[in-house]
Amino acid sequence: MTVLDAPSAIRPGTLGDSVLRPDGTAKVQGSFEFCSDLNAEGCVWGATLRSPHPYARIRSIDVSAAWRVPGVLAVITADDVPGQANYGLIVPDQPVFAADVVRYVGEPIAAVAGDDPEVCRRALAAIEVDYDVLEPLIDAEAALDPNTPAIHPDGNVISSQPVIHGDRDATGDVVVEATYEVGMQDQAFLGLEAALAIPDPGGRGLEVYVATQWMHEDRRQMADCLGLDPESVRLVLGGVGGAFGAREDISLQIHTSLLALRLGRPVRMAYDRAESFLGHVHRHPATMWMRHHATADGQLVKVESRMVFDGGAYASTSEAVLLNAVTQAPGPYRCPNAVIEGHAVRTNHLPCGAMRGFGVVQVCFAHESQMDKLADACGVDPWELRLQNAMHTGDTTITGQVVHNVAPVEECLRATAALPLPDEPVGGHPRADGSADVMKTPGGAGRTTDASDVVRGIGWGVSMKNLMYSAGFDDYSTARCRLADGVVTLKFATVEVGQGFVTLAGQIARSVLGVDDVVLGRIDTQVGSAGSTSASRQTWMSGGAVAAACRAVRDRLFLHVAEQHDVDPGQLEIDGTDVRDEASGWRIPVVDASAGVDIDETVEYRHPATEPLDENGQGDCHVGFVFVAHRAVVDVDPELGLVKVVQIATAQDVGRALNPLSITGQIEGGVAQGLGLAVMEEIIQTDGIIRNGNFTDYLLPTFLDMPDVVATLIEQPDPLAPLGAKGVGEPPTISSTPAIVAAIRDALRQVDGVGRPLDRVPVRPADICLPARASASSTTG
Amino acid sequence: MNVTLTINGTAHTYDLEPRTLLVQLIREHAGLTGTNIGCDTSSCGACSVHLDGEAVKSCTLLAVQADGADVTTIEGMASADGTMHPVQQAFMDEHGLQCGFCTPGMVMAASSLLAENPSPTDEDVRIGLEGNLCRCTGYHNIVKAVLTASGADQ
Ligand code: FES
Ligand code: FES
Repeated sequence: MTVLDAPSAIRPGTLGDSVLRPDGTAKVQGSFEFCSDLNAEGCVWGATLRSPHPYARIRSIDVSAAWRVPGVLAVITADDVPGQANYGLIVPDQPVFAADVVRYVGEPIAAVAGDDPEVCRRALAAIEVDYDVLEPLIDAEAALDPNTPAIHPDGNVISSQPVIHGDRDATGDVVVEATYEVGMQDQAFLGLEAALAIPDPGGRGLEVYVATQWMHEDRRQMADCLGLDPESVRLVLGGVGGAFGAREDISLQIHTSLLALRLGRPVRMAYDRAESFLGHVHRHPATMWMRHHATADGQLVKVESRMVFDGGAYASTSEAVLLNAVTQAPGPYRCPNAVIEGHAVRTNHLPCGAMRGFGVVQVCFAHESQMDKLADACGVDPWELRLQNAMHTGDTTITGQVVHNVAPVEECLRATAALPLPDEPVGGHPRADGSADVMKTPGGAGRTTDASDVVRGIGWGVSMKNLMYSAGFDDYSTARCRLADGVVTLKFATVEVGQGFVTLAGQIARSVLGVDDVVLGRIDTQVGSAGSTSASRQTWMSGGAVAAACRAVRDRLFLHVAEQHDVDPGQLEIDGTDVRDEASGWRIPVVDASAGVDIDETVEYRHPATEPLDENGQGDCHVGFVFVAHRAVVDVDPELGLVKVVQIATAQDVGRALNPLSITGQIEGGVAQGLGLAVMEEIIQTDGIIRNGNFTDYLLPTFLDMPDVVATLIEQPDPLAPLGAKGVGEPPTISSTPAIVAAIRDALRQVDGVGRPLDRVPVRPADICLPARASASSTTG
Repeated sequence: MNVTLTINGTAHTYDLEPRTLLVQLIREHAGLTGTNIGCDTSSCGACSVHLDGEAVKSCTLLAVQADGADVTTIEGMASADGTMHPVQQAFMDEHGLQCGFCTPGMVMAASSLLAENPSPTDEDVRIGLEGNLCRCTGYHNIVKAVLTASGADQ
């Protein structure tokens, strides 16, 4: 990837520099300890019994045979949960172990501990569960029907949220509508779920090593179910092999802890890939009807939408996912009127929750498809139409919230358009010997595509994403900074999942305190909460907390220096690695100034408060927004339905680029996941049963699927952000998907002048190559 | 049954159940946890090691199949004096990793690729490493790292 902005001169290791990962050496040498690598003296293994049925009543559970398996040490069920029976991020609606009903394939029923994994496997097989199998509820629309029997005591509707803004009866000269669908995507982090629980002597508490996203929230839910004080549950971050939202919910934390407390000895659990597909939440499948009204020349007048998100069996974060979706339904455009209705429902599918883009991915596919349809109906170029409607700072969203952030949508669009198109000819460069380069043609080494059939298309996708937590949530992050003899030690509970906060934290300390040496403390619950590593929030939140803690230490250092050297502390500043008196120019190296001092400060950073939506979905519910544009170039074989994504060009609003190298890594990785949703990735469930829960059948983008990425960073420091920087993790994933689909539509339109609707992602070969289905969409005007 | 093999230059003999996979021998019996397990369906390559100099996915082999073999894992890639292998160094320098879970497997597959083809093109690298998945990076920096390392090798 090429980033076209050259960084200016920056002190190495500080903000703005492309600093390398502090954990990089350990990671390339294999000495970095992932959670799955951890072991302890006397440790035994745990394993989970899961439901084979999407919906069934449990008549009885007989564990006696499991106890007779040699080497079995513990067998536990719902009866053995000492605290709260249920857990959940927003509402505790999910049983630690199912007792009377199972609601999805993979729901935990019992756990065992044994000397080794094989003993555990035999013990699980020996547990006899007598099920009364019920008809699963698998249709999200049916779940909304009040006549459908409830599959959960809380009912089938998890959340409903309207957004009514402006004149609900407004109409436009041009009206386009369609129904869009998004399939269920898996986060597919590479490092599988694992935990190690070590009980305290006496069994009144324990230490748990876990790969998670939110230490203190895990602790809260664990303590509730274990019947312990939160202080007695000490979490330590085990090395995390990627997360992407899938680790925000509890998976094996409580089970592992229960076994360890029961046995009074360390227990570890580790999922294999098949269990991982069942053991964590996924991206919500969604069905979204949208109708856009515009003036004849393409100015948005009103957006109407009705969307249904399939939350699967338990609530997880469905309510928050839905809030993001309904409030950002029109995308990053000025839209004076809106009538939106959204529902998140329970079904007997796998539970859904957080995944990179969190609700916005789904609506973005719909609103961007609609913008193309509108452009077509108005006879306006799709890029022009977006530019014409682009949101700016000071505009109002459909919840009535004024966007105070920097909102460079127009700049993103213009900068992306200015990026070079690929020089690769349609169908790929021929090899040196003149033969076709099959790896560059759609379908790759399948070698069935004839290069002369290949058609190229170009498409656009633009998106906005709220940053941080919304709707009145008390969102904060804590950081502790200690300066002793010129060395800074930082302590926080901010989870490092691979995104690079550990790199950024050091950069912040070096910039604020003028030091070179920064030591990072262990990431655990021995300091206040940092909130979750999600919602693109840690650069802003924990970055803000680390910066504030470092500034508090710096101010005390200035007082110390002032006292020692008889200068005015108000005149002191950090200049490079010196403390400098602005008035006289006098300076002293920070290392010398801090000799013999020991300053320690802990700070909580909070973002400005948000408010819940009112009954019409109005209110200042989000903290801030980030924006991005994507342009996709694809090659399509319309006969075989094969797609090769050739290039993604993108300009992303980053506020301020604190670590350009790290940002490009996020952009490239995010684009790969957007591509996955566009043309490859979907968890298939038939009658509630997962069909492809493994890496052979669930297709992930490989080296050869990855397109060239050309990117430019739009740097307009955001005055609302503590470091001027916005989170960068989610935007690359969000609008790359619709851009790719738009490009495929563009290619197909060139084939027969009509094209295909492609109103569902992932786009499958059959959607491309079969004769056009009767379109669910209509166009008037 | 007994399996005798050399791991990172040291000879070992283990008494194993016949169904033990090579990756289990490496992680659980030899205690070398740098080799990761990402899929158990030979799809991801996180478990790649060198078997008699060639990259293999150690989850696809039984430990007995490695009897008498010379195995190198990620822990054996640095020189005796601790200097990192050029591929390791290049992954560091080019930011070829984020979470790092795929990294040991990538390093093993890439170094084996370079041993076969010391000056690969971008495309050679992609084809050669296609059996290794990374969910974080989008692969470009990994390709860059391998190309950088190939220069360092020459
Ligand atoms: S664990 Fe061996 S290929 Fe995935
Ligand atoms: S760096 Fe996370 S899987 Fe490759």
